[in-house]
Amino acid sequence: MIGIEHYIVVSAILFVLGVLGIFLNRKNIIVILMAIELILLSVNIQLVAFSAFLGDLVGQVFAMFVLTVAAGEAAVGLAILVIYFRGRGTIAVDDVDRLKG
Amino acid sequence: MSYATSLYLTGAEIGLSLTGLVLLLVAAWGGTKSARLLTMVSVAALIGAAIFSIGLFDRATSEVAGRAFGDLYRADAFGSFAKILIYLASAAVLVVTPRFFAQSGSYRAEYPVLLLFNAVGMGMMVSATDLMTLYIGLEMSSLSSYVLASFLKQDGRSSEAGLKYFVLGALASGIILYGVSLVYGFTGSTNYEGIRAAFETNFSTGALFGVVFVLAGLAFKVSAVPFHMWTPDVYEGAPTPVTAFFASAPKVAAMGMLLRMAMDPFAGEVDSWRQIVIFSALASIVVGALGAIGQQNLKRLLAYSSINNVGFILIGLAAATQAGVAASLTYVAIYVAMTVGSFTALLMLRAPDGTNLETFADISGLSTKRPALAWSLLAVMFSLAGIPPLFGFWGKFVVFQAAVQANLVALAAIGIAASVIGAFYYLKFIKVMFFDEPTREIETTSPLSHWAVLAICVAIISPLGYLLTIPLGEWTAQAAASFVAAM
Repeated sequence: MIGIEHYIVVSAILFVLGVLGIFLNRKNIIVILMAIELILLSVNIQLVAFSAFLGDLVGQVFAMFVLTVAAGEAAVGLAILVIYFRGRGTIAVDDVDRLKG
Repeated sequence: MSYATSLYLTGAEIGLSLTGLVLLLVAAWGGTKSARLLTMVSVAALIGAAIFSIGLFDRATSEVAGRAFGDLYRADAFGSFAKILIYLASAAVLVVTPRFFAQSGSYRAEYPVLLLFNAVGMGMMVSATDLMTLYIGLEMSSLSSYVLASFLKQDGRSSEAGLKYFVLGALASGIILYGVSLVYGFTGSTNYEGIRAAFETNFSTGALFGVVFVLAGLAFKVSAVPFHMWTPDVYEGAPTPVTAFFASAPKVAAMGMLLRMAMDPFAGEVDSWRQIVIFSALASIVVGALGAIGQQNLKRLLAYSSINNVGFILIGLAAATQAGVAASLTYVAIYVAMTVGSFTALLMLRAPDGTNLETFADISGLSTKRPALAWSLLAVMFSLAGIPPLFGFWGKFVVFQAAVQANLVALAAIGIAASVIGAFYYLKFIKVMFFDEPTREIETTSPLSHWAVLAICVAIISPLGYLLTIPLGEWTAQAAASFVAAM
């Protein structure tokens, strides 16, 4: 029997993977965008699981909002990335270092 | 609760979003030529929204009167107070913006529209009484902030600032959201009142994790230590008017959201979050003061100064009383005037060819060339340092008073000691302006709009500001009473 704990664990693992994906990745900014997406989706799994477990629809409505915002977030992120690439000619994480101090 | 009442209560946001949508069409049709017109209309809309919010200030909040859309949103004294600050700060920033971009010919009609949508999101953040409205407001404000930070497309520093802000801001949103989902799962409600009631009967470990995640994410948004690392980079890289905006209005919104969150749904669990807030407050004050010392870039320095100020605001929250919340709000109000003033002065510092100056070397000997500007900056810096005849002192005073009343004497003592370190770099500012030899040519005139904004800010932080202490005290007390019961 798969209970609510299993969903919480899966979602926690995905969340941690997403956070690690942002901090451990030294290569490519697009991977960071994917990691952010992973974080949002882990939250969605958790919201829907809780919603089903509690018999309360609010969680699923919330998940819909999160999906919509995630789409907008990806669009804005990619747009900024394109501007950045035009100016710099690279999207390697290690090269994002002009601002320091 | 009728639909019409709900629409009336959310009137400021609805008005701003409709204005934003119409202006977006005008921008698409008129192109860059329409940028000036759009800026003026947006300033008028923001001031109109602020005036509208004054009308909602007196709504009785304990009753149903101020609740809109099934308690997703509350128009109360707290929300109105924060919104008036947010809208006025946004309008002031918008007034001083066009000249900055005009020099590089990169002012576009999207700018005022993005700022309007940002203001809508910030208004929702401070009025949200449901995790869902909170999230939508937060994202609405954040997404337009990312775009604003990278607005100077041809400048590599601007796009890098936008990129860094985007990655770390999205991470913070993710952390908040993860906490929100835990809180929802362990309380069965996304409504603040429901969460508060559920926490009173049962506060589980899962819910504690949720609270910690939410507070960590919010600490990021207000740039409190240990989540401050993005602030100096983004403030330095973003175009100066955008930095002025980031340091003022979104700080108010994030702080308002944090205050309401901590003192409404999480109010029953003060003991579980107070330690975190105390640590964060002290660490922000110390890191903000020490980090600023070696900086040569003035925007970077002001970024550390804003981290430092957030620490003082958090002291009011650590007190976790009605007086503490009122003190935080007082500080925020004074902080906005100081920040807008300092960045407006920074925007008035230009080389004769129109390029903006932003390092210490550029302001040396400013007092001989631009005495009025130098004296205004002196007032702002002394006020930020909290030196008595100026109004900045009052903000620090009420915050420490609230901490002492809540038996946090040690916190107040360390805070006062650390604010002395902060005085060092504010005084360095003044030393460089008044006692160093001039090294650079500086533009000798500034337009009236900049002088007007600077004059208003300086008037507020000057000793004249003390005329405001009594009304400000009443407003903030009433705002805090929106959700915190008197002790």
